[in-house]
Amino acid sequence: MPLATQPPASGEPYVLAATLDNARHLSSLLRAVHFQDHATCFATANGLRVTVEDAKCIQANAFIQAEIFQEFAVQEESVTFRINLSVLLDCLTIFGTSSLPGTSTALRMCYRGYGYPLMLFLEEGGVVTVCKINTQEPDELLDFDFCSTKVVNKIILQSEGLREAFAELDMTSEVLQITMSPDKPYFRLSTFGNAGSAHLDYPRDSDLMEAFHCNRTQTNRYKISLLKPSTKALALSCKVSIRTDAQGFLSLQYMIRNEDGQICFVEYYCCPDEDVTEAEL
Amino acid sequence: LSRIGDELYLEPTESGLSLRAVNSSRSAFASFLFAPLFFQLYEPGGPQRQLSRCKVLMKSFLGVFRSLPSLEKTVGKCLILLKPPANRLVVQLHCKYGVTKTHNLTFQECERLQAVFDTQRCASSLCAPARVLAEAVVHFPQTLAEVTLGAGPGGKISLRNYVEDEAEPSKTMVTELWLAEDEFQTVAVAPGSPITFCLKEFRGLLTFAEASNLPLTIHYDVPGRPVVFTLDDAVLEVRLVLATLSDPESSSQPPRANGVSHLPAPSDDFADDLESYMIAMETSAYEEASGVPPSPTFPLRTPRPAESDPEEEEEEEEEGAVPGTPPHKKVWDGQGHAWGQGDGHRPLLTPTLSPQFRSLFFGSVLTPGGPGPAPTQEVLAEDSDGEY
Repeated sequence: MPLATQPPASGEPYVLAATLDNARHLSSLLRAVHFQDHATCFATANGLRVTVEDAKCIQANAFIQAEIFQEFAVQEESVTFRINLSVLLDCLTIFGTSSLPGTSTALRMCYRGYGYPLMLFLEEGGVVTVCKINTQEPDELLDFDFCSTKVVNKIILQSEGLREAFAELDMTSEVLQITMSPDKPYFRLSTFGNAGSAHLDYPRDSDLMEAFHCNRTQTNRYKISLLKPSTKALALSCKVSIRTDAQGFLSLQYMIRNEDGQICFVEYYCCPDEDVTEAEL
Repeated sequence: LSRIGDELYLEPTESGLSLRAVNSSRSAFASFLFAPLFFQLYEPGGPQRQLSRCKVLMKSFLGVFRSLPSLEKTVGKCLILLKPPANRLVVQLHCKYGVTKTHNLTFQECERLQAVFDTQRCASSLCAPARVLAEAVVHFPQTLAEVTLGAGPGGKISLRNYVEDEAEPSKTMVTELWLAEDEFQTVAVAPGSPITFCLKEFRGLLTFAEASNLPLTIHYDVPGRPVVFTLDDAVLEVRLVLATLSDPESSSQPPRANGVSHLPAPSDDFADDLESYMIAMETSAYEEASGVPPSPTFPLRTPRPAESDPEEEEEEEEEGAVPGTPPHKKVWDGQGHAWGQGDGHRPLLTPTLSPQFRSLFFGSVLTPGGPGPAPTQEVLAEDSDGEY
């Protein structure tokens, strides 16, 4: 049930006010990008975007469009703030993380603007919790400038095929090498660990392959420690699109269907590893 | 096999692919021989039939087959290639949806790993469905190191946890379990002492046996001689050889520690034995091999001098030993074959090896015409004047 709006004493409207019947729709997506403590939230009339970055090499974005919310009102052009994502997730899941059918936590999120904390009102089974999380100055975010016109290779795969592979990646390898090619091996994930090298090949005519548009053979390496967190997003998703541009920047876009069948997106951008040596075959 | 050792030895032979492992104290050895029929394609040695063998780290190899349930669902075919020039063992899994997983594992060349044993020479044998033994063993605590198997009155077979005599009676729990003869498929037990062996490695084999639903045969002899567990079916031959605790000796012989002769009558005086066993285990790490007489500081259970019982003597004679050679020079092994040489003269068992758990003799067997002796680390039992 929607929580009543608590108008602030001064009468100022909230810059951001949103209501969500099932907080899990938000928390599960945020968990998929939770590899750093802090995140930047960016809200527009279209919805909410939460960005997490690391090492100036990797950026993850979770998009929850306005339609997912029961109410989503943004008073300004855009609202941006930095917040502790770990704390936010703890609050969103304050009633526990187990998803019993029929029970869900309702959420009302309010933000008065620059300098004010983010207010969360959570309700489950008649019990209401109020959380106030301090916000911070938003950081300068990386702009990977990844647009469809610059994409050299693009593959869309069903996530089912990649899930196990990512979960079992040889973490003794420092890099994950991705090869995309119009010729064999088409799409290959390689690791070079202590035991030796391992290659995972996906043929272009595989049932898992939803789309295969590779124009040029490209082999790029990415630090495996940076990409490993994307496994969470992969686990939630039903499809993933893998794109690389001319410089070898990687874009992973995950299509996630929530409990109510609504679609949300999470994307990861990653820089290629600079010390690229001859790939071991 | 991973319950036994950290390295997996792969040896393709004409009769099949053999996977073997040995533990660090050389008191346990296992081999799984997969007949060519087990495979869709089996080509040992390539076009030139050059058989090569290698060993890989157990962890690396197991890493390829990490998740068994998903393997069963997704993997259609597994291809294993040994590429000596590239120094890689390739394991390729062909999975659902056309996905191919290729693992290129580094390997090391190695000597042939072979424990010398002969089930024919074992006085007793028992055969039971794996389930019976598994159900019996489940009663023992997971931490139990050793278990004693023996034959009792009325043809019953007993399993008892091995307890050091030094342990306080009030703090020890003794579990003893008797199995009736009819639980076994065959029982051929010679009168003699019960044998004690390590439970951990045995449990590993039992898990496999239960899963494969094969009957398990136990061949054993007198304490001190190894116990051999076998599983056989049309395409697979499994052998697990474990050293057994020998009976304590009260001989005052200088510990040459070769060959073992043991008392035919069991004595239950294990207290000192265990201590010296422990010392032996500690010193074996840095005591180098070959012919160094053992430190007189620890009371090794020494081999008996010539007054060993006639039966013993006789066996050793049969082993091709030079008649009259004192038994203590004989290397003990399942068939008394001293290191494949059979001349019984060599002190082949180093003093560092546990007097209690007799080390299994590993033929650092060079196949005729095979590569020369590998560097010392591959020699599984030291022998300074080794001919290997």
